[in-house]
Amino acid sequence: MNWTVLYPEIWLLTMACAVLLVDLFNDDEQRRPTFWLTQAVVAIFAVLHLIQHNIGATAYGMNGMVVTDPMGHLLAFFAALAVMVTLAYARPTLGSRDLLKGEFFTLSLFVLLGISVMCSANNFLVVYLGLEVMSLSLYALVALRRDHPLATEAAMKYFVLGALASGFLLYGLSMMYGATGSLEIPRVFEAIATGRINKEVLVFGVVFVVAGLAFKLGAVPFHMWVPDVYQGAPTPVTLLIGAAPKFAAFAITIRLLVEGMLGLAVDWQQMFIVLAVSSLALGNLAAIAQTNMKRMLAYSTIAQMGFVLLAMSAGVVSGNTVSAGNAYSSAMFYVVAYVLTTLGTFGLMMFVSRQGFESEEVDDFAGLAQRSPWVAGVMTVFMFSLAGVPPMVGFFAKLSVIQALVSTNSTLYIVLAVVAVMFSLIGAFYYLRVVKVMWFDAPTQTAAVAQTQGVGLLLAANGAAVLLFGLFSGGLMALCRDAIVKALAT
Amino acid sequence: MGLLSVAIWLPIAFGVLLLATGRDDNARTVRGMALVGAVISFLVTLPLIRNFDNSSAQLQFVEKMPWIDRFNVNYHLGVDGLSVWFVLLTAFITVIVVIAAWEVITERVAQYMGAFLILSGLMVGVFCAADGLLFYVFFEATLIPMYLIIGVWGGPRRVYAAFKFFLYTLAGSLLMLIALVFLYFKSGGSFEIAAWHRLPLPLPAQVLVFFAFLAAFSVKVPMWPVHTWLPDAHVEAPTGGSVVLAAIMLKLGAYGFLRFSMPIAPDAAREYAWLMIALSLIAVLYIGLVALVQQDMKKLVAYSSIAHMGFVTLGFFIFNELGTAGAIVQMISHGFVSGAMFLCIGVLYDRMHSREISAYGGVANTMPRFTAFAVFFAMANCGLPGTAGFVGEWMVILGAVQFNFWIGLLASTTLVFGAAYTLWMVKRVYFGDVANDNVRALTDINGREFFMLAVLAIAVLWMGLYPKPVTDVMNVSVAELVKHVATSKLTLP
Repeated sequence: MNWTVLYPEIWLLTMACAVLLVDLFNDDEQRRPTFWLTQAVVAIFAVLHLIQHNIGATAYGMNGMVVTDPMGHLLAFFAALAVMVTLAYARPTLGSRDLLKGEFFTLSLFVLLGISVMCSANNFLVVYLGLEVMSLSLYALVALRRDHPLATEAAMKYFVLGALASGFLLYGLSMMYGATGSLEIPRVFEAIATGRINKEVLVFGVVFVVAGLAFKLGAVPFHMWVPDVYQGAPTPVTLLIGAAPKFAAFAITIRLLVEGMLGLAVDWQQMFIVLAVSSLALGNLAAIAQTNMKRMLAYSTIAQMGFVLLAMSAGVVSGNTVSAGNAYSSAMFYVVAYVLTTLGTFGLMMFVSRQGFESEEVDDFAGLAQRSPWVAGVMTVFMFSLAGVPPMVGFFAKLSVIQALVSTNSTLYIVLAVVAVMFSLIGAFYYLRVVKVMWFDAPTQTAAVAQTQGVGLLLAANGAAVLLFGLFSGGLMALCRDAIVKALAT
Repeated sequence: MGLLSVAIWLPIAFGVLLLATGRDDNARTVRGMALVGAVISFLVTLPLIRNFDNSSAQLQFVEKMPWIDRFNVNYHLGVDGLSVWFVLLTAFITVIVVIAAWEVITERVAQYMGAFLILSGLMVGVFCAADGLLFYVFFEATLIPMYLIIGVWGGPRRVYAAFKFFLYTLAGSLLMLIALVFLYFKSGGSFEIAAWHRLPLPLPAQVLVFFAFLAAFSVKVPMWPVHTWLPDAHVEAPTGGSVVLAAIMLKLGAYGFLRFSMPIAPDAAREYAWLMIALSLIAVLYIGLVALVQQDMKKLVAYSSIAHMGFVTLGFFIFNELGTAGAIVQMISHGFVSGAMFLCIGVLYDRMHSREISAYGGVANTMPRFTAFAVFFAMANCGLPGTAGFVGEWMVILGAVQFNFWIGLLASTTLVFGAAYTLWMVKRVYFGDVANDNVRALTDINGREFFMLAVLAIAVLWMGLYPKPVTDVMNVSVAELVKHVATSKLTLP
């Protein structure tokens, strides 16, 4: 059975239940024991993944249900870090809004468990299992603020549309199973490679799988839930949805479409190009019109995912897979850079907001530079990173995607690169507007932002990371590349 | 750590230090620290010119270490005869800007000074970068401090001007980014500018690369018809911002032509020289006429900058040594002269809070010492022999006549237009009877203002009377560049 492969997940599952129990005996308003126990659990989980990543071997476990390879461990490790940071940002905000319940921590751990399962899935059913563990926890979390109409609406919307997307995915997977006779991803790959399978059924299946994935990634035209959920959910939950699950979405895209269906790349790449260009267009254009910060960032996410999809679509060019490693590793680097910046932006929004005053409108940031110059400075770093201005990490992420597109040496992809940068020019406008509001406008309130529980320090570190991973992006890029190359080799 | 790294990172370190320690209640200390930082940063650039080997066209003071292994990007710095003067010019102008802001900027002093010092380091980086991606990173990063400078300390329409500045420049640079990645791919995975110079490219590829670079650099220069951001940015920016924009930032674009467009795509450059010459002549003639009718002094000098930069691009694309060297001299002299012109407007604006020409008249009666400087710089702006403005224009006109008589003739009309719009402004602002009580109440310049204008005046005179040290440094590099551009890449194996 090879249980060792699953040690981190087993640890997490056990401890998630333990956290639930510990919280029952917790009478601290701040929920310190629960918080620190959760952080310790996730930290150990991260270390376990890091150790396995450093071993670097590829192995299978549970009769081929799960795979352990550097890519899966690296993504799970990043996801664990993202969850730790999310929880640290979330605690003061939830505490001041009477939302700091034990369920938040347990459900967050289950979200992470789902992500981790998806990262190491080697079987259609395991992918689906992980997806549902993550999604069901998130549905419940969105409704955490249950007396709030917007939050309830968002939770309903997320649940109904999420269930529909899971249905799409499952339908597509069942069709693949029907055509290839296997649920195991490597067997499916081999079956497709024989070329003896009815192409119509396969392509039909791929269409549904891609639709399901596009929903999870929030790509146009499956993006409807993103702005509503981002806006409606309490900001800590928005961050939980917006950050770590992106790693899972990337992981299952690689597992299903690359490791399982690379033979059908021509078909799904076409769909990805359409999804990517429409996401870039609609995301960037719609973001301009937003006045609500969370909604604007939701559309910005849609646009940023367009870049990831573009990179994913450049793997196989005229039947040649030479550029696959380059394309997928640049997509992975993009996701890492994006999550790093997103953590900071939402974390900063929570930091600036106070009890009874949500900093959700862009105008709430007016004159922040005069109230708290450091906070405004850090936010400026995040905004320029999202806009892709050097030397922030966001620029190097865009650079690596553009590089992947141009080095295919195909006119189509060079045109796509031009389209992508032109839309990111439009995108620069609304990120600049946030900078403008913070620096150029007069403040509407005078109080400096209050320091809470070391969150300020964490934010400064997050800002420094966005800057330093930009200036010294080589290591992170190499890490992503190694992981992808090893994943593709098997 | 080499000299160039020090020249780049020292001002940035000082800027970050100012941002970290500066508060509103210690403005005096902040100003002092900013001045110390700017002066030291200038002093460390002096050995560059003293130890520069005039007889070599190679990059000197080279530093090279791996930066991003994944893309084979190197932290590769070096200067040659084309770029070394701009390093000094940048550091020098930063000192002037710090002095100019001394009593004028009273709000958020540390952020103002910090932004200019960081900007200075980044611009030095642009001139020193020998790696395409490093160049791009510095080139783009300069937008951030400049955007904040215009937006925070600017005039009434500062938000509009700041956005226009940022988005215009970004639009051009993004196309350049694609060209850089394309060259990286074509050269087999190298971002070395020198390797791209040697890279054989077929004509269609050269044309694409040339126009992608043109998009970035023509906006920055700026060339007609993408110049419209400049008057807005100049008018709204604080004095220091206008000085840095005119004196250095515009040169980043012109420098880009020298370093990228012409040597990497020489055949395309020759193929489309007619277009470049035509755009340059439009800038000289049409923008000169536009400058004539301006009511706002800053706008007038802004349009005059565009006309002068038209001269620079004209000098490049007539492909002879005289033209190219003249254009570079023009870039340096324009750095001094336009900077000084904007400082003069700043001096008046600080006292009267108006830039309208009609608000003034007879300033010479109340500010005689200041008027002496202002008229001197105005003369330099219209290219009076003996001032810096003359040398570059004269060399470019000579080069243009060598290339084609009619182009030389059209270009030389700048001497007429330049004199017309500059002197007419001088007449209306400085001479005549005292126009109103506000002008009557003006006080002459103080010691600080006298010092910064005097230093610039000396520089302008020195370049006008004895330009040999300036041209000696660049001659070999210019000759090498012209020879390189004259060689077709199409016949390379």
